[in-house]
Amino acid sequence: MLEVATTDFSHTLLSETAAEEVLQVALSRGADFAEIFAEDRRSCAAGFDDQKIEELASGRSRGAGIRVLVGDSTGFAHTADLSPQGLKEAAEVASAAARDGQGQVKQIALTQAFHPNPSDPEILPETVPKAHKVEMLARVDQIARSAGSEISQVSCRYGDSRRQFVVANSDGVYSGDDQVKSSFSVSCVAVGDGGMQTGRESIGHTVGFELFERYDVEDLAEKAATRALTKLKAQPAPSGTMPVVIGQGGGGVLFHEACGHGLEADHIAKNASVFVDRIGEQVASPLVTLIDDGTMTDEWGCYAIDDEGRPAQHTVLIKDGILVDYMWDLIRARQKSRPSSGNGRRQSYQHLPMVRMTNTYISNGSTDPEKIIADTPEGVYVAQLGGGQVNPATGDFVFGMTEAYLIRNGEIAEPLREGNLIGNGPEVLQNIDLLGSDFAMGSPGACGKDGQGVPVGDGTPTLRVTALTVGGTAA
Amino acid sequence: MTTVASTEELLEIGDRIAGWAQDGEEVEVVVSVEGETDVRAYGGEIEAFSSAKSMGAGIRVIANQRQGFAYAGTLDEAVLAETLEEARDNVKFATPDEYLGLAEPDGAEYVSLDLYNSSVLDCAPEQKIQLALDLEQAVLKGDSRIIGVESADYSDSVSSAAIVTTSGIRYGETDTACYISAYSLAHEDDDTQTGFGYSIGRDPQELDVEAAAQDAVHRATRLLGAKKPASQRTQVLLDPWVTAQLLGIIGATLSGEAVIKGRSLFAGRLKQQIATSSITLVDDPTNPDAFTAGEADGEGLATRRNVLIESGQLQKFVHNSYTARRLNTTSTGSAVRGVASTPTAGCQALSLLPGTKSQAELCAMAGDGVLIQSVSGLHSGVNPVSGDFSTGAEGLRIKDGSPAEPLKEFTIASTIQKLLLNISQVGNDLQWLPMRSAGVSLLIDDVTVSGD
Repeated sequence: MLEVATTDFSHTLLSETAAEEVLQVALSRGADFAEIFAEDRRSCAAGFDDQKIEELASGRSRGAGIRVLVGDSTGFAHTADLSPQGLKEAAEVASAAARDGQGQVKQIALTQAFHPNPSDPEILPETVPKAHKVEMLARVDQIARSAGSEISQVSCRYGDSRRQFVVANSDGVYSGDDQVKSSFSVSCVAVGDGGMQTGRESIGHTVGFELFERYDVEDLAEKAATRALTKLKAQPAPSGTMPVVIGQGGGGVLFHEACGHGLEADHIAKNASVFVDRIGEQVASPLVTLIDDGTMTDEWGCYAIDDEGRPAQHTVLIKDGILVDYMWDLIRARQKSRPSSGNGRRQSYQHLPMVRMTNTYISNGSTDPEKIIADTPEGVYVAQLGGGQVNPATGDFVFGMTEAYLIRNGEIAEPLREGNLIGNGPEVLQNIDLLGSDFAMGSPGACGKDGQGVPVGDGTPTLRVTALTVGGTAA
Repeated sequence: MTTVASTEELLEIGDRIAGWAQDGEEVEVVVSVEGETDVRAYGGEIEAFSSAKSMGAGIRVIANQRQGFAYAGTLDEAVLAETLEEARDNVKFATPDEYLGLAEPDGAEYVSLDLYNSSVLDCAPEQKIQLALDLEQAVLKGDSRIIGVESADYSDSVSSAAIVTTSGIRYGETDTACYISAYSLAHEDDDTQTGFGYSIGRDPQELDVEAAAQDAVHRATRLLGAKKPASQRTQVLLDPWVTAQLLGIIGATLSGEAVIKGRSLFAGRLKQQIATSSITLVDDPTNPDAFTAGEADGEGLATRRNVLIESGQLQKFVHNSYTARRLNTTSTGSAVRGVASTPTAGCQALSLLPGTKSQAELCAMAGDGVLIQSVSGLHSGVNPVSGDFSTGAEGLRIKDGSPAEPLKEFTIASTIQKLLLNISQVGNDLQWLPMRSAGVSLLIDDVTVSGD
């Protein structure tokens, strides 16, 4: 059935006929499943540092990864050679790598599927003159430096990428996606009597060059510079357990670490998550509704289909504190005879897909965010988070604070130096007692798992955790 | 496994592209081919077996004091010609910088390290699979409280790389590496803990399954029943694995790149005391025991042994040819890069000069404190520019000179500057790890532990 054309590029990258032939080779020794993922990625980055455009760098990589399943064993091979011969050789290797099993030789009938992309870039970065891409960088430097004489260094980076891929498998899937992303970041160093401090801002969306019509990079430069300047007056963060108010947007990292990874079905299948066998249970405060949503228009972690050909989904993971579902990729879903939730992702054609988050967020609450701070006599307010890490098996997680303040008598007081906070996922989720009405998505994230990085988004309204351990040095 | 290209073939590709340089242009070509095998065992079966060959080339062009760069994930000649054009085009948009230039031969001898061992290629896939299966079994059998092995992996690689420049550099090398690693799950009385173990080598025969399994078992089981400690200031004893990660951060502050851009804590401190006298920090990629050993740096200059801190005194920053030129000094052979990027200056194989005492003796010396088994959030709570240092941690309390009850869910915090000045002892248990630094036990005074 050919109802809607996939996308223009699919046939040049990997035609249906070529895909069928390769899959037949991959299945020829007997296998339960075979898949080919062909990818063409282009990128462009411009780096400005130390008052110079240091360089413009372009990258291009094309290739295909072939996966063969026999029982619970996966064989995988990849190649940069997209010729029919190159693909067949890789298919042989992948097929030999999956241990000889009892699988049947299958007939494949591919069906084209079209899934609308949640983003529709208006200005393809490849059509934008390079001069335009670098031109704004020098302006950013000037604006940041004009924020204060203590600003001693400014670096900023422009980046765009276009990732086109086709995925076909022995279940008959033949589908593709065209993912265009643009990003920008600026970092400042300020020098004062107490040494150096840094401030950073970044934006990134699954859009084209129109990103820069939606955001004012000068505004970001000023924010980053102000953050570094503010921290020159920062005092060491406190040490110990206390109430912590997490700011809107980037605060979503808290959930990415506290429970996001623990809800990935591969950790669940291996009994390596504190959320095993807890579906239907109250795992969080009733204020918490956690969603993973790959369909969020233009967000950093959105797409039409995942890297296994499943359409992106809006998945409710926790509803009013009750655990509803995990996130699934193809292999983990097959093992449970259920559909994948469209969370099968890979860094590139050189990697095996696994369960990954997309855009993970807490839905909006109802409390005035200012009141959350006013109702907190003493504690810490974290305005900007800087990434984190979790051990899903124990639930212990950390996240960094790159802009934070003491709260004293219900008011934001002195700025704090950087540090990590530590907590246990299931405990922290239960200890959320106030949720703001100011939902926002945060900065673009790069999530690392098992050596692979993928773009993800996070979001949250302002919220309060009654007890978290702040890892500073002040008594 | 697929055989990889010989360095001679890669050098020829480099020669060809560098030969396309036009008048007034400097061209540098880096070419690499890597073959990899990865096996993951789970539940007595092969969960995944990957066999792959990847390749790529990065081309840097400098003309009229401007630099441009492009890379491609292929060695297809037509694509490489386009890539050179792209790099050439990118030159137009950079700011002129009189210090730009490729590395030039400096007469330093390349040390022959013999990092290639054909046994990685000769070893049959079945043997590699067996190593992963054996590792999983050894962990499972190691202790009745081990309830699972989240991953038991065997990985190897054969990498060939070559660099050719119009400035007269031409060098290629091939190395092999392999390792096994396991990640265990232990459970007792409603508490789950995890631990890892590994073994590295250049020949699969060198890999020690039993030792890797024992580490994975021991590290998980000894944490069972861990409690959150009270907040306190105390001595910490870092496990070698943790020290190696700390050295990576200290290394970043000693990069010539950080110095010229005003981002190094230690800029302007040459010849000053920045650490206790027990500290001698060496970056030595010519040591074949280092996992990241190499004969040439990212610009093709011979690598060399650089003493960065001697008896606590800052001796040297690491430089590539650009950062060296900016500071009117010479490259330390410390250009680091991948095929997809231009070189920066960084440490390649850091280690501390070991002391004379074992970890047990350091425990006894400490009397009371905390043994740190692992840390988390090094990317989120450590700022190498300001020096703020705060990480998540787990480990064991040290009581009356011996390791005692397990501790979890706490942080350790200080500043990089203070940590270096508060190191009281370096252990004798130096070990090379699968990273750019070696580990050794380290006793540090006055670190803040944050818990309840």
